[in-house]
Amino acid sequence: MSDVHDMDDMRAAPGSPATFSLDGQDVEFQAGETLIEAATRAGRYIPHLCWHPDFHPHGSCRLCTVKVNGRAGAACTMQAAAGQEVQSDTAELNAQRKTLLQMLFVEGNHFCPSCEKSGNCLLQATAYQMGMEGPHFEQFYPNRPVDASHPDLLLDFNRCILCELCVRASRDVDGKSVFAIGGHGIHTHLLVNSDSGRLGDADMALGDRAASICPVGVILPKRRGFAIPIGQRRFDQAPVSQQTQGDGDSP
Amino acid sequence: MTTPAPLPPLQAPRKLKLATVSLAGCFGCHMSFLDIDERLFELIEHIEFDRSPLTDIKQVGVCDIGLIEGGLCNAENVLVLREFRAHCKTLVAVGACAITGGLPAQRNHMDIGAILTDVYCTRQGLSASCRIPDDPELPLPLNQVHPIHEVVHVDYFLPGCPPSANAFWTFLNDLMAGRTPHLGHGLMHYD
Repeated sequence: MSDVHDMDDMRAAPGSPATFSLDGQDVEFQAGETLIEAATRAGRYIPHLCWHPDFHPHGSCRLCTVKVNGRAGAACTMQAAAGQEVQSDTAELNAQRKTLLQMLFVEGNHFCPSCEKSGNCLLQATAYQMGMEGPHFEQFYPNRPVDASHPDLLLDFNRCILCELCVRASRDVDGKSVFAIGGHGIHTHLLVNSDSGRLGDADMALGDRAASICPVGVILPKRRGFAIPIGQRRFDQAPVSQQTQGDGDSP
Repeated sequence: MTTPAPLPPLQAPRKLKLATVSLAGCFGCHMSFLDIDERLFELIEHIEFDRSPLTDIKQVGVCDIGLIEGGLCNAENVLVLREFRAHCKTLVAVGACAITGGLPAQRNHMDIGAILTDVYCTRQGLSASCRIPDDPELPLPLNQVHPIHEVVHVDYFLPGCPPSANAFWTFLNDLMAGRTPHLGHGLMHYD
């Protein structure tokens, strides 16, 4: 079948590493790698929020949308293939990313000046990177009470961007499935799997992977405020585009 | 035929008029603006202050640039903002409160009537005659605090809580030179 032969042609030929082109520069990839995996390994930056190198891609935030041979696709779910022409850092795509970020910001209550995550926050750093000076849209100001029932962890739902990293970390690494996503459309929200719906009644510990995976300021350890001063935090040191290898958990 | 040498300008370029105001803000942005320190002398070579807490002029005149600190928490804020929009060629939302509502907007999920009753009537330690202030001179509070771009068109946003002195300086220099202001890493901050 010709289709199968085409797929074979696009795989890495033995001896010479296969490459695709990202914004005009070749990026090597290994068989099975996604575009964002190969780009990140090569030290290249593709904006993202719900993607994390340790977890199965989720493809929900759409921030990593790139153009592959002229067609839009999520770099975190699309497999790399030899000869692909990938565009990421273009005015058009970055403008779309900025709009996505603005929608995320107005949908929640992202009050950076009082957030312990400020300076270490991937959402904030990505918004800086995309030059988001203002929210453009009208604020939703949703009413989302915090959950401070856990002795060691605080849950501030106001900042949730529904990336599901905590859901994946708790299910796939911790084996606890403490978190889930419920509701539909604008009512989609983060849930805690306990009888009361409160984190204090769930099987969650400070050392869990899910406790440190949140890219924004939803899941925070208690009694650790401002251990690192504002101005000396991760994204104060260098912009997110220069920290592609450091996509780790919260410091 | 040789082109004649251009004539030297008869006078220096007109100074730009700048107005500033703090609506539902804490004056922190104005304090940070003053933190440009001795660069104020350089700035004053190019701009002239109109209505501002620095001049005490009460009515905003026709201006080139208007800097708005703070969001909208009462009817007077909306009135002043509309006056600024009508008089300023370029209107700038300065700081977290003007851009997102900021700290005052943290009351937005509560009922304003309940807040006023709690603060002025039912709170412990109040004297028996305490009641919600109703002097007609007091502007009425809005049900929710709003950022200024929800009421008037805003030309530029200068984020920060407050924006640093260097951010003010870079921003104003870009604006005075006719460039689109660009902050970049280190100056762009939401906190």
